[in-house]
Amino acid sequence: MEILIIVISAVFVNNILLSQFLGICPFLGVSNKVSTALGMSAAVMFVMALSTMVTYLLQHYVLVPLGIEYMQTISFILVIAALVQMVEIVLKKISPALYQALGIFLPLITTNCAVLGVAIMVVTKEFTFGSEAHILNMGESVVYALASAFGFGLAMVIFAGIREQLEIVGVPASFKGIPIALITAGILAMAFMGFSGLV
Amino acid sequence: MSRLSIITKGIIKENPTFVLVLGMCPTLGTTTSAINGMGMGLATTFVLILSNVVISLVAGLIPAKVRIPSYIVIIASFVTLLQLLMQAFLPSLYETLGLFIPLIVVNCIVLGRAEAFANKNNALDSALDGIGIGLGFTLSLTIIGLVRELLGNLSIFDMKIFNGDGALAFVLAPGAFIVLGYLMVLFRKLTERMK
Repeated sequence: MEILIIVISAVFVNNILLSQFLGICPFLGVSNKVSTALGMSAAVMFVMALSTMVTYLLQHYVLVPLGIEYMQTISFILVIAALVQMVEIVLKKISPALYQALGIFLPLITTNCAVLGVAIMVVTKEFTFGSEAHILNMGESVVYALASAFGFGLAMVIFAGIREQLEIVGVPASFKGIPIALITAGILAMAFMGFSGLV
Repeated sequence: MSRLSIITKGIIKENPTFVLVLGMCPTLGTTTSAINGMGMGLATTFVLILSNVVISLVAGLIPAKVRIPSYIVIIASFVTLLQLLMQAFLPSLYETLGLFIPLIVVNCIVLGRAEAFANKNNALDSALDGIGIGLGFTLSLTIIGLVRELLGNLSIFDMKIFNGDGALAFVLAPGAFIVLGYLMVLFRKLTERMK
């Protein structure tokens, strides 16, 4: 039951893009077409789940026992950067088809703040799912990461669909490009706010 | 390029928020009030100046292949320094900005300036570039925060201007996108007129 609440909360109520503002760069940058939005979301989901798992272990078995929690930012970003590199190399070797689909998005992900954001969030923030506030355990963390990435994908794909339609309409010159995209995202965020009573 | 123009270009011509559209996450996430926007801007400026200076000094020593990871380590060190300083001296602001302080590491403005300016120029120019871009970023964030605070809370810098309640939506998530969108249009119109 608790897992279900985590998923609903991460996908709809606290949507990572529209209510927490993480990963806005790819949201505005590669959401012109539904197909690229799908590819980017798949890559983010893959990397986010993996990196959350690794940084969770790093935090609880290295940083906390040694009492060097202040190294969190440096070590997390290094681990994520190395992991993305490694995923790229492994994918290239074992699944060229998947590499073809996700390859171009992988280098972009290192600087996607959603990945580092979720990794830091699950080890520092106390969540109240169900009974009392607690730091998530490893299984919950990975579920949270996957659900966040799914929420990211959901918002990306909806937004890409809207932007494909926007291409056809006549928008005033000074609104073209990013401004109209931002205003659209604002309205989409308003729609997502409707979920806020859910959990 | 003269020293003064290095500073001023960051404010209008290469404004990181309204023209280059970089660092959108903190821009949207922390501008719930003018004070928060300004705090986030200054925190980023701090990291930007220091990392620009250090990167311009060591750029010659780093092999081109590993330069991006090295820059990230340098930037992350200064972010950690900033985190420790803020925890000690500005705990309440640190609490409000929360996640967005460690996320300065992945702010494209900081890495972007390292790659586009600091590794080709001397330390003094790089520091000035950091000040200019940082100032532009701080100014934009403060303006966005000001507008959102005024519309949402009817106050400016925590001082009540009108009585009553504002439109809360502007302090919440949708307001961030909409205010930034309209301000960007306004900025475009104004810079067009200046030409």
